[in-house]
Amino acid sequence: MNLIHDLIFDYTLRNVALGSAILGVVSGVLGCFAVLRRQGLMGDALSHAALPGVCLAYMATHSKSPVVLMIGAALAGLIGMAIILLVERRTRIDPGSALGIVLTVFFGFGVVLLTVIQKGNDANQAGLDKFLFGQAAALVSDQVTTMAIVGGAALFVVGLLYKEFKLLAFDTGFAGVLGFRPHFLGGLLTGLLVAAIVIGLNTVGVILMSAMLVAPACAARQWTNRLSAMIGISALVGALAGLSGAIISVLQERVPTGPAIVLLLGAIVAISLLFGSAEGWVWDWIRRRRNRLALPEPSR
Amino acid sequence: MIPAISVRDLTVAYDEKPVLWDVDLDIPEGTLSAIVGPNGAGKSTLIKAILGLVPIAAGSIRVFGEPYRTAHERVGYVPQRGSVDWDFPTDALDVVTMGLYGRLGWFGRPGRQERRIALECLDKVGMRDYARRQIGQLSGGQQQRVFLARALAQDAALTFMDEPFAGVDATTEQTIIDTLKALRDAGKTVVVVHHDLDTVPRYFDFVALLNVRLIAAGPTEAVFVPDNLQRAYGGKIAFLHR
Repeated sequence: MNLIHDLIFDYTLRNVALGSAILGVVSGVLGCFAVLRRQGLMGDALSHAALPGVCLAYMATHSKSPVVLMIGAALAGLIGMAIILLVERRTRIDPGSALGIVLTVFFGFGVVLLTVIQKGNDANQAGLDKFLFGQAAALVSDQVTTMAIVGGAALFVVGLLYKEFKLLAFDTGFAGVLGFRPHFLGGLLTGLLVAAIVIGLNTVGVILMSAMLVAPACAARQWTNRLSAMIGISALVGALAGLSGAIISVLQERVPTGPAIVLLLGAIVAISLLFGSAEGWVWDWIRRRRNRLALPEPSR
Repeated sequence: MIPAISVRDLTVAYDEKPVLWDVDLDIPEGTLSAIVGPNGAGKSTLIKAILGLVPIAAGSIRVFGEPYRTAHERVGYVPQRGSVDWDFPTDALDVVTMGLYGRLGWFGRPGRQERRIALECLDKVGMRDYARRQIGQLSGGQQQRVFLARALAQDAALTFMDEPFAGVDATTEQTIIDTLKALRDAGKTVVVVHHDLDTVPRYFDFVALLNVRLIAAGPTEAVFVPDNLQRAYGGKIAFLHR
């Protein structure tokens, strides 16, 4: 009861709960499209690529305002995405390796910048390193508002173009033949993915952010064979894991938020893989066993 | 009369290796046509180039006398079955409804009307009972029939099919060819990438023989002759029985 009371009236806890729930819903929804388009790793590359953007934005402005840092992260993420696409289309390097290169180089650059900032005589910089693993306890209402606006806008676009995105994810060629522009739609979806990542940076951090995108979608897929339901379940899983992980990390002060959320997500995915009603192993095993027992003996 | 498809000097290359070389081809309206040739002849690439799905190195393509961009509303397409992920969370009815997305345009939502049309199309290919089945739980032949129903839902004047008979059961093959002949008899044009030489004379009234270059194109009885086949396939089809 106390916890519910605090969730409503405690400033920190309320921000944390709201922020992580928003993040969970947005990344749960966009993660479905990333997973179905077999771009689960894209989120990993984009979130790692955002780190140097955060650092450069801070170095340029000496401001830790959420909007400034988010813009920096988004720009770096988009540049990372452009480089990935360029390498994929213009060289013979395969997409997986292209992602690997961009992810590591950008992240390495980000860590160098972070070290430079921390070595400087700048008291204001304290807290930038929280972008690595996330610290939901540090969320302030400004950030939550920004997260709500960016996330709301992303969800609005998904709602508007649901039919187009579904078609793109299932059959890109057919989408092109029908006159929908696959390159445009694909770019837009990746852009929205960047938005989801950007709003998760404070809470989950760049290193584990991709789990927020991939895990809820994978768990949801085990429970349903319909895309709309998958998206709904994924949003719910994301919100639930985000919320619980953030609360755990606030109550146990030394646990960073990102790892707490990821552990919860891991448990949910494992349970879903085992018991999911649509694709889960246990039901699958029971169904097969029942079928085997039901087979009639061949007549001679 | 303007041909349904008119291809001039078409060259397509992947990584500087030409897949299609200087192809000139007119496919008349109202025909059930086959594009035939050995593996790697560029058959799929030809229809993908016409549909604007692969970039062309040179040449021009007209569909009903127009560039594809403006003609796309009259064009239907059935890709190779292996080109999509059949584990995708959707059912047969939903996939067929996608055939109506072009007509709905940007932002338009499918409603009761679209659902009814999609069910009718599933019925035409004998798949109505499977409307709510997740597509991964269908057999290969059933999946191909769902794709055919999606093309029917498009109600296109010109339909392309990429290897619709690959790996399907006899019932499905019969359903597909009956449906295609019915489309042709209704005045539509159907272009099929086809592999099985034995069935070409029975199924198709127009044939384009392709092996990177266009070997020959015209009415089946004039074009589908040993001499042309020899040129398309080299020595590899010595025992073609007709």
